[in-house]
Amino acid sequence: MKQWRFEVFNKPQAVDVHGEAVLQDVKELGVSSIEAVQSARVFLIEADIEKETAKRIATELLCDPACEEYHIGRSQAPAGLAKATLIEVHLKSGVTDPVAESVTTALTDMGIEAKHVRTARKYVLLGEVKNSQIELIAQKILSNDCIEEVVIGDEAEPPSPHLKPYELEINKWPICDLDDEGLLAISKDKDLFLTLIEMQTIQKYFKELDREPTDVELETLAQTWSEHCVHKTLKSSVDMTVNGEEIHFDNLLKDTIFGSTKKLDKPWCISVFDGNAGVIEFDDKSAVCFKVETHNHPSALDPYGGAATGIGGVIRDPMGTGMGAKPIANTDIFCFGDPYMKREDVPKGVLHPRRIMKGVVSGVRDYGNRMGIPTVNGAIYFDDRYLANPLVYCGNVGLMDKEKCFKHPQTGNLIIVVGGRTGRDGIHGATFSSGEMTHEHETIFSHAVQIGNPIVEKTMLDVMLQARDAGLYEAITDCGAGGLSSAVGEMGAELGAEVDLEKVPLKYGGLSYTEIWISEAQERMVISVKPENLEAITKIFDSENVESTVIGKFTDDKKLTLRYNNEVVGRLDMDFLHDGTPKYSRKAVWNDPQLTEPKLEEKENYNDDLLAILAAENVASKEWVIRQYDHEVQGGSVIKPLTGVVNDGPSDASVVQPKFDSEKGIAISCGMNPMYGDIDPYQMSLSGIDEAIRNLICVGGRADRIAVLDNFCWGDCTKPETLGPLVRAAQACKDGALAYSVPFISGKDSLNNEFRCEDGSRISIPATLLISAISIVDDIKKCVSMDAKKAGNFIFIVGQTKNELGGSHYYKLKGELGANVPTVDLNQAPKIAERMAKVIDQQLVVSCHDCSEGGLAVALAEMAFAGGLGIQASLTALPKSEDCNTVSSQLFSESNSRYIVEVEPDKFDAFAKLVLNLPFGQLGTVTSDKKLVINAENGDTVIDANIDELKAAWQKTFNW
Amino acid sequence: MYDVRAIVLRAAGINCDLETEQALELAGAKTDRVHINRLIEDKELLNQYQIMVIPGGFSYGDDVAAGRILANQIKHHLFEAVSKFIEDGKLVLGICNGFQVLVKTGILPGNGSMGEQSVTITYNDSGKFEDRWVYLEPQSDRCLFLEQGRRIYLPIAHGEGKVLTKEQSEFEALQQNGYIAFKYVDADGNEGPFPVNPNGSMGSAAALTDSTGRVLGMMPHPERFVRATQHPHWTRLENKDSVGDGMTIFNNAVNYIKSNF
Repeated sequence: MKQWRFEVFNKPQAVDVHGEAVLQDVKELGVSSIEAVQSARVFLIEADIEKETAKRIATELLCDPACEEYHIGRSQAPAGLAKATLIEVHLKSGVTDPVAESVTTALTDMGIEAKHVRTARKYVLLGEVKNSQIELIAQKILSNDCIEEVVIGDEAEPPSPHLKPYELEINKWPICDLDDEGLLAISKDKDLFLTLIEMQTIQKYFKELDREPTDVELETLAQTWSEHCVHKTLKSSVDMTVNGEEIHFDNLLKDTIFGSTKKLDKPWCISVFDGNAGVIEFDDKSAVCFKVETHNHPSALDPYGGAATGIGGVIRDPMGTGMGAKPIANTDIFCFGDPYMKREDVPKGVLHPRRIMKGVVSGVRDYGNRMGIPTVNGAIYFDDRYLANPLVYCGNVGLMDKEKCFKHPQTGNLIIVVGGRTGRDGIHGATFSSGEMTHEHETIFSHAVQIGNPIVEKTMLDVMLQARDAGLYEAITDCGAGGLSSAVGEMGAELGAEVDLEKVPLKYGGLSYTEIWISEAQERMVISVKPENLEAITKIFDSENVESTVIGKFTDDKKLTLRYNNEVVGRLDMDFLHDGTPKYSRKAVWNDPQLTEPKLEEKENYNDDLLAILAAENVASKEWVIRQYDHEVQGGSVIKPLTGVVNDGPSDASVVQPKFDSEKGIAISCGMNPMYGDIDPYQMSLSGIDEAIRNLICVGGRADRIAVLDNFCWGDCTKPETLGPLVRAAQACKDGALAYSVPFISGKDSLNNEFRCEDGSRISIPATLLISAISIVDDIKKCVSMDAKKAGNFIFIVGQTKNELGGSHYYKLKGELGANVPTVDLNQAPKIAERMAKVIDQQLVVSCHDCSEGGLAVALAEMAFAGGLGIQASLTALPKSEDCNTVSSQLFSESNSRYIVEVEPDKFDAFAKLVLNLPFGQLGTVTSDKKLVINAENGDTVIDANIDELKAAWQKTFNW
Repeated sequence: MYDVRAIVLRAAGINCDLETEQALELAGAKTDRVHINRLIEDKELLNQYQIMVIPGGFSYGDDVAAGRILANQIKHHLFEAVSKFIEDGKLVLGICNGFQVLVKTGILPGNGSMGEQSVTITYNDSGKFEDRWVYLEPQSDRCLFLEQGRRIYLPIAHGEGKVLTKEQSEFEALQQNGYIAFKYVDADGNEGPFPVNPNGSMGSAAALTDSTGRVLGMMPHPERFVRATQHPHWTRLENKDSVGDGMTIFNNAVNYIKSNF
């Protein structure tokens, strides 16, 4: 059959945005000799058609008549003086090609039958360029090694897409007679990431069965027992030495975070630490669920695909919670190395932070936007230690009926896989994400990267909600880490399951039964359906072209039985699979670091410091990122991430209204400050909780309906000195949760975020705990934003400012860490939060902003420029601790539990009455002169800056 | 009284159907969200409605080009039905992706031969997706969805929203003949460069109508501003109970049907 090649170029007068973006990246890479870059889309269509039909395809389908032109066949380099280099980027065989799938559908609509469609991108570089530079450009800018293949020149043929068919061959992986060394060798060779004690446990199991395991059995155990899936570190017993004193935990998680939730026992918590996401009550009829996941390792290798499947995966968590929730909001928090880092400082096997950042942002953008879910909350932190291990946290909030929060799979139910097809993508994702990264990971684990197709997930969501409302299934869960293995294994844990693997629909032939079982191909859900409902549910799926396939059934033998063409290829006891993990015990150590406060000279004027902190990467405006996300789809946004007189000020949290017919809302926020962890992970953790709660309160969230989530990202926790800080952070979670009476409802950890460089040196991430928080808003009309509203209003601060510059941006600016990390007064902080919620509920303030990174000065500056107004303030009435006696600490200390509010003069009495016994003071007034003026206690003006200048500094860092 | 009935089209990747339905219901139209497969199965289905809306989203992932695959589907399966719908004096509104679809089917601006695309909507000059609020100044006096002299404020959220014709002269002809429905302007009504014109559209064009004035395609999202609390800085506004500007589009459509059918 003939393969037709179509190349589609921009017309010369139309802007080639892709080509121009590449040209800019080439220049950033330091190649200055390239004068221009042309980009083209390539379609390879195998079909029995005539030239006339091919022309029709080009003009009607592939090429835009107004701004593009096409070429059938291979076009030559453009004539002209400049040397032209042709580069084509093709997807590797087996990689999902959604555009090709859409083209196939469109051709069918046109009445044309195509046997095969592939797409590629073509670039023409104009200008003198060396071969080594071409390779660099191809590798660093145009393609991703994990999923794409580069063809340079105009002669080469793209790689063949056809794969060999699969013939069944059952592989035994003998382990019964192996010694410890042999067991470890097999774990390493097969990328199982199982420890010796786990391998020994498995060996014992099979010795008792008197047979050797098959490959699929070992792979299933490796996935189910992976750190990613069972969180063995957090559930292990820990012997901890704190400053020489011994503490013991039987089960770290149960003794800390989980224990506090149990103790709080909130009646409005519907489901906690169980299944896919934590669930709380929204109103009489509905519940809200929230889950945050990380997708760090895949994003390090393929930032775009890794982040896209990160958000895609976490969206399936609410979809697979209980009987399925409707996703209503996304969150995303990223940690990167310095995007302005010099290229030569980036180690081998690591992508440049700027490329990672751009890729991650576009990945979340393209998946989240296409799903039609608003991305409403997020944050980005920069630290050089994230260079090789960027962190990508993605969260999703879902809404569901209170009656549908639990699943009930039953014996005899059919196991149905719905949505996308299974391919070789994402194999070993769960185990891979549980190990450390090395400079060789780029090549070895390229198959662990998953490829997303949001439209498949969206169509699946559309029909799933219809099937749910029709009551046609008994249970649903997502295929996440571990693929079918985890989904079916978990759903059938109490029952038993039989699966016929050859029935699983595949993207292409050639997959072995093991690959089918453990593939982490995206956009798949597993549902449990009564046989009598099969016809009705299939009809719903078919009606919107969503594929669904019966692949087995749930039994009552408590065994997992895997077959391929009727031959049993694996059989494991569910009890062993789920509860067979050995008991782990870990050692941890913590010694307070010996740190001192720096001695910095006091200055007469702090304008420069304020400008520098506003421009600091962690503080600077993230508008470049936020605007790329659709934060308004579904029509429910009440407090948007950007606010103020020209919609560019930084909101503390977001509020969404999930139901059109109710004035209730959901507030969503986060808190995180890895810098404090360098001094004290306990206070870092408390600060994160306090910050997340503050942010919710600031926009109008209820103080008594807050739930929080923990996401630990840590280094190698087999090292006692790395686990120690984690234990400290977990203890703080417990203490904070109890003090605030705020339950943790879900959590996840990603450990082993270390990178082994070529020279053997290691880069470990700083201890990073993300706290995500959610609360209910009773009346969205009472929500408050952070921008100054009107000249003449009073500015107050509630909460005490202490001498706590340790880990602050001010110290960072001076190259210091310090010792006095911000603490949380667990007695007073909850009282302040509760009172502030009351102040907002009674509509006594017109704006509210929390004091966090950069302290008081930054918070005042942000309020002023977001509102387009000035603020005249004095530090005289600032409530402060006795030792907070320098201007720099008063301006820049990052003390927790502080709220700045704007009060209309006629509301002053009512406001003052409510905060009377709390530390509060009047800082000043809002002015119309567009200046931020702050006077010290002695009356000297220490900050006197124009708000436009402050805003420009804040915006310029990421004005990309 | 005659019931105004509206159909909101669904397809793979369409994702603004629920809020569009809500806006139409608020305007008083009894609204159904219908998957395109149902229309292809039964083309008569369209007869019960007087307003058809193709909402925003990423139909078929914007593969090949935004709106192209859905446009192709409509051209090959529903073109007659949709053409008849318009000829019958009924209303068609395309929002964002729906606008892209209408342009790529050739229904908008509809000055070429049947089904032939004459204008395009392509990548923003900025090269990236953007969500931001814009002011819109009504232009065409025959387009019955809009109110002359009433500048409105709405959000855009798109990566491919730049309206473009092959030649500048073609655009000028569209402008002279009243095909430009809205232009992007600033708060004072003046055209300007980015971000006033957020995507680099020719002549700041934000929306197009056809020769009848009964078809409107617009990049901004009227369904996202039907309540005061959707305004990006409603917390600063005096009147926190006002109705969103986007309702004018839906109200005008429903009122037209009420008085003409």
